[in-house]
Amino acid sequence: MELVVIGLNHRTAPIEIRERLAFPQDQIEEALRRAKALPSLKENMILSTCNRVELYAASRHTEQAISDLKNFVASYHNLPLKEFDRALYTFTGEEAVKHIFRVASSLDSMVVGEPQILGQIKDAYNASAQSSASGLILHRLLHRAFHVAKRVRTETGISNSAVSVSSVAVDLARKIFEDLAGKTVLLIGAGEMCELAAQHLVSGGIDKVLVTNRTFERAITLAQHFQGEAIVFQEMTTGLRRTDIVISATDSSHYLLAHDQVSKVMRDRKQKPLFFIDIADPRDIEPRVGEIENVYLYNIDDLQKVAYENMRGREKEAQKAEATVQEEVVKFVQWYRTLDVTPTIVALRKKFEEIRKRELEKTLSLHPNLSDKEKRSLESMTSAIVNKILHEPLTFLKRSNEDAVSDLYLDTLQTLFRLQERSQETFEEAPSEEDERPESNDLP
Amino acid sequence: MNVSFFKVASFLYLVGTLTYFSYLIFLKEGLSKASVGIITAGFASHTLALLARYAEAGYTPVTNLYESLSFYAWMIVGILLVANLKYKIKVLGAFLSPVALVLMVAALALPKEIVPLAPVLKSVWHPFHVIFAFMGNAIFALAFCCGVMYLIQEHQLKSKKIGAITERLPSLKVLDDLNYKCLTYGFPLLTLGIITGAVWAEYAWGRYWNWDPKETWSLITWFLYAALLHQRLTVGWRGRKAAIMAIIGFLAVLFTFLGVNLLLPGLHTYANW
Repeated sequence: MELVVIGLNHRTAPIEIRERLAFPQDQIEEALRRAKALPSLKENMILSTCNRVELYAASRHTEQAISDLKNFVASYHNLPLKEFDRALYTFTGEEAVKHIFRVASSLDSMVVGEPQILGQIKDAYNASAQSSASGLILHRLLHRAFHVAKRVRTETGISNSAVSVSSVAVDLARKIFEDLAGKTVLLIGAGEMCELAAQHLVSGGIDKVLVTNRTFERAITLAQHFQGEAIVFQEMTTGLRRTDIVISATDSSHYLLAHDQVSKVMRDRKQKPLFFIDIADPRDIEPRVGEIENVYLYNIDDLQKVAYENMRGREKEAQKAEATVQEEVVKFVQWYRTLDVTPTIVALRKKFEEIRKRELEKTLSLHPNLSDKEKRSLESMTSAIVNKILHEPLTFLKRSNEDAVSDLYLDTLQTLFRLQERSQETFEEAPSEEDERPESNDLP
Repeated sequence: MNVSFFKVASFLYLVGTLTYFSYLIFLKEGLSKASVGIITAGFASHTLALLARYAEAGYTPVTNLYESLSFYAWMIVGILLVANLKYKIKVLGAFLSPVALVLMVAALALPKEIVPLAPVLKSVWHPFHVIFAFMGNAIFALAFCCGVMYLIQEHQLKSKKIGAITERLPSLKVLDDLNYKCLTYGFPLLTLGIITGAVWAEYAWGRYWNWDPKETWSLITWFLYAALLHQRLTVGWRGRKAAIMAIIGFLAVLFTFLGVNLLLPGLHTYANW
């Protein structure tokens, strides 16, 4: 049995192709059903996100499976294979295991360490399990992948730090105010930039949005959008007295807020901290404002610098994560290599033969006076017993070679007769607590 | 007996402090739990040491410098454990436990014999006075740590160095709130300590107030914290100013406690040490 992955992602294919090949969420089960009909595939799963489209399969006929999968994608989406074949990557066996572990751990993501992908893989797996498209191999592969992702997340700092300007701003706000609940933000300017930044703070828990803008009508529109309150531009300082965070993004050519003005506001506020986020270019807030006590001023460059530093930190952590992934790949591959009929039969025979020989020797040493003939007949009797016992199971295994269920029997045999020292961990993982647990906190 | 428990406690505080430091570096959850466990064990041993000494001596064992240092360290660790329960500031111990550890190490170097109690110390007021005073001082030690953490965190945020340090320290709001909370508990306790001391002085020396250096300095300390409380409530001294005041206040506490004993002999000096 071999694992096969074909797919494309943000690095290999432009958005136009990814869009055309995406499987919409509500069509996944239908697509899985059609893929299941392909005789070369034993198990399959479809992972379709805005950055990647990937098909996972377990098959006994690797080459056939690869070309079947490719043609399936082409025919499903009505796009000739030659138009996207160059963007496709293909992994089998160990490489395929490594690939899914890396994807799940968010090492293959556009923004390394973003946790959404894990939730998306869980959805893809659930869809596959629900339409009975996944069997023993994918089941264990995916649970192992979730485990690896968890290890990477807890053992490395890969997703600890904010890497976008807006999330850096939210992080900083939390380091100043602890909790955004009950806090107010004042937007100076009613443009898209302001709206976007405010959106992040609102989903971070901020309670009240005040908007001020030269054109009052636009302030009203944006305020309504956030169920907030519009303030006349000339009354900006009243807004400053009532707010905790200020986001400024106007196209004004001079400073809108000067040092002395803010100083005075701070006295009125009894020194309650004020956090300015100046994302305008040229800047709206005089830089010296940042020197006032209990005032924190970050402009767009500052935020970008923090985001960039964090990004570099993530890349460093990603290297640690690669080592973790490699370690887990080795463990998993060890397990799934045992799921082949011939080696299992050989191992099973060897085990029985060893037992027979050992027991026979014991008996013979207890009876040293047996004649050669008697010894030979004991020999052939024990051999016959072993062969008779093994006959049914072995015939069954050989016959069921083509079924998906045979993996299950092979796995059971390997386990029951302890055919080789296998990674106990991999073996125990499958039915463990990670089953069915959606871990909704991973989702954005 | 009591000294053995004391030594065990000192050792556990040392291990606990080092574990706290390693938590500060590696941020592993297990290390945080381990450090709280070790410090708690140290505190238990320390409690036994104090009880054993109380049983052996027959008086509240806060009569000489060794005993005072030990008692103060015990109070500080107690406050740390309470703060651990109430606040989720896991790095707090990395700042507060070294303070207790330094006091323990200093105490280790001092003579530890139990000597007959000076007659002037025999009073029902003695335990009240020392418990109030030291509990107040222990809370001010916590405020001091909050102040230090606040200044570091504020400096990082102002200078836009966002990284490992920012990540490890709590938010400014949490630190400032805790600083204020310490003030609201510590100040009344300090006041009670001074009042019970004065009442006791009336019994022991015949006067409420003798202007001996200890009294003078505790009054100075009291005024410092009173000023901070006043400014905080009226003109909104918070954040940086409050943090600096908490640090200055604690230095005054330390001077009242140690500096006076070592440098300015007076009525409160009961033994050479």
